[in-house]
Amino acid sequence: MTQPLKFYQTGTFTVGNRLLAPELRSVQASAERSNALNSGHRACQGCGEALGARYVVDAAMRATRGQLIAANATGCLEVFSTPYPETSWQLPWIHSLFGNAAAVGTGIAAALKVQARKAGRAAPEVRVIAQGGDGGTTDIGFGCLSGMFERNDDVLYVCYDNEAYMNTGVQRSSATPPAARTATTMAVGEAPGAAFGQGKNLPLIAMAHEIPYVATATVADLRDLEAKVERAMALRGARYLHVLVPCPLGWGAASHDTIRLARLARETGLFPEFEAEHGQVTAVTRIRRRLPVEDYLRPQKRFAHLFGPDGDPDTLARIQARADRNIARFGLLEAPGS
Amino acid sequence: MLRQIEGSRAVAEAVALSRPEVICAYPISPQTHIVEGLGELVKTGALSPCEFVNVESEFAAMSVAIGASAAGARAYTATASQGLLFMAEAVYNASGLGLPIVMTVANRAIGAPINIWNDHSDSMSQRDCGWIQLFAAHNQEALDLHIQAFKLAEELSMPVMVCMDGFILTHAYERVDMPTQEQVDAFLPPYVPRQVLDPAEPVSIGAMVGPEAFMEVRYLAHARQTLALERIPQIAAEFAERFGRHTGGLVRGYHLDDAETVVVALGSVIGTLRDTVEALRQDGLKLGVLGIQSFRPFPLAAVRDALQGARRVVVLEKSFSVGLGGVVSTDVRLALSGLPLHGYTVVAGLGGRAITQASLAQMLREAVADRLPPLSFLDLDQRMVERQLAREAAHRRSGPVAENLLRDVGTMASRVR
Repeated sequence: MTQPLKFYQTGTFTVGNRLLAPELRSVQASAERSNALNSGHRACQGCGEALGARYVVDAAMRATRGQLIAANATGCLEVFSTPYPETSWQLPWIHSLFGNAAAVGTGIAAALKVQARKAGRAAPEVRVIAQGGDGGTTDIGFGCLSGMFERNDDVLYVCYDNEAYMNTGVQRSSATPPAARTATTMAVGEAPGAAFGQGKNLPLIAMAHEIPYVATATVADLRDLEAKVERAMALRGARYLHVLVPCPLGWGAASHDTIRLARLARETGLFPEFEAEHGQVTAVTRIRRRLPVEDYLRPQKRFAHLFGPDGDPDTLARIQARADRNIARFGLLEAPGS
Repeated sequence: MLRQIEGSRAVAEAVALSRPEVICAYPISPQTHIVEGLGELVKTGALSPCEFVNVESEFAAMSVAIGASAAGARAYTATASQGLLFMAEAVYNASGLGLPIVMTVANRAIGAPINIWNDHSDSMSQRDCGWIQLFAAHNQEALDLHIQAFKLAEELSMPVMVCMDGFILTHAYERVDMPTQEQVDAFLPPYVPRQVLDPAEPVSIGAMVGPEAFMEVRYLAHARQTLALERIPQIAAEFAERFGRHTGGLVRGYHLDDAETVVVALGSVIGTLRDTVEALRQDGLKLGVLGIQSFRPFPLAAVRDALQGARRVVVLEKSFSVGLGGVVSTDVRLALSGLPLHGYTVVAGLGGRAITQASLAQMLREAVADRLPPLSFLDLDQRMVERQLAREAAHRRSGPVAENLLRDVGTMASRVR
């Protein structure tokens, strides 16, 4: 068969691995997976970040045959995975500070480069990932991240974006979407929630550095996420992966809706999934069945003020316009090849 | 080999002889010549294998050093002043993690008002950060201390800051004896990390530690610094044996045998003090000097031993704890607790104000006569201060202090014209 199989998750929990030959199954479906973020950690029920981190690190572990070191920013992922005296990490892992994961990654990569040269190898066998939440990436860690990008250091940086500072109690970050209620953008006053016209689009900023690889993904599409990690690890230099990870606590959503919300973020056009190499978009994941943003917003209490007795059609229209702009900008509806 | 070179160049070459594997550099005066020298040595291949990383900030410099050190590389960086403050969070982190990074601090004042000249405010601001802090009195000592620092840091698995006076040492051309690579290799073994990020034996470094064990982690850092009190003189002695000169150690005294008045100081001012004291001794004043090489760990016992024969102590310091007085004085007083000594703090040389032999001699004559106030400021322009105080009393909107003072001394006016 020359046509590759394409899997769609249609609201069921079917992943479809049973239909595939064992060698084509996902990393997560394999009993041999590294379980790099082992069970027993303290993440909330339904935590998108715990899921995303396990998918990413397991895929990176397979891609590097276990020759992997991780640097971690302060945040939920760090706190829930390493409560003293336990650790969930099954790979060499270091947490230094909130804002320096990318630079710590650079340091590890530099050390590995010297060690490879001493051993007479052209490039290190051991690879490096650095990871953090959106606060540690788009705000406090932004300087170090941009530095790592522009030097093209051999690090894959993964941002698990849950769109606010969840570890400290759901405060606004520069990744918080407009209208979202957080503890520092309360749903009060004339313009409740986070302001429009603010915030950073880090994948596009990463692309502006013209680094070898930038991709966005969500925890809703496991195979896509794993493929992007695999692609990233096949390349050298600075790479950036931005993963949308819904947060039941911070978003005010049911813990069983994590995957559904991540999928809705893509299907509404609010979170465009794409890949880019050296500053050029090389692939986009097209929307299969376009949905209004309301479908994504309504299950989340952080947007509840948009759906009160009077509703807020103006704000909804502004959010819909953002989704429409993404769809036009990335060609999320066009048929392949058009 | 004897060379007549700039202090920064001497340090760069000494660091290179120590075979660092990762060097992170962010420029700040007066540290720049050190990292420039190292960058050149890496670029030409004279220092190899070594990664020289041009980072985007001092915070990144220390963070890259943290990653490199945790991955098993010998890591080095250099900074000063604002740069040290900008990296402060990572400075504490490096010592908390027990990573044996060596860093030069080319001592410089901290703004505002912005000032590039020498004093000790920068490294003193990191007094309690858990790093070992060694102070060089001259360029030969700065050179030697770096080689000793790598050995000390790696043995104890804790970071070492080598402090040298900005400009006064970093930019001074002095004769130094540069050791050979063979000598340094024989003295400094390759780095064997106590903890390392290694896929063959995965560990988690930097896990969250709560009240159950945090105090123990801190205590262990203190225990290692206490151990450093023993190792610093031993390493200095071993260095002296191999290289034929005495540098480093905890403290160094001059004329302590018969001194009734001892001046305690850190860094390059020790040279000026020695010359001043020699001259005053000709007049029969029984003066001595105690230089402190190891500020952290602070050698309480060695300082007490050195000072207990004296009648009075003058701590001359290039740092100032606003609202209290001397920073070093506080530690010296602790060392002397119970001894019947007069103690004076003299703050001098802030922001690069020249510390002249004439001013020192006058101050020491006052000290010997017990006419010094407990806290004084060498060559403070009292009239300038009073004029500003009067201005503030007269007008609510008296304006920025620094600009007012500069106008008073004519600097601004001359520039505007």
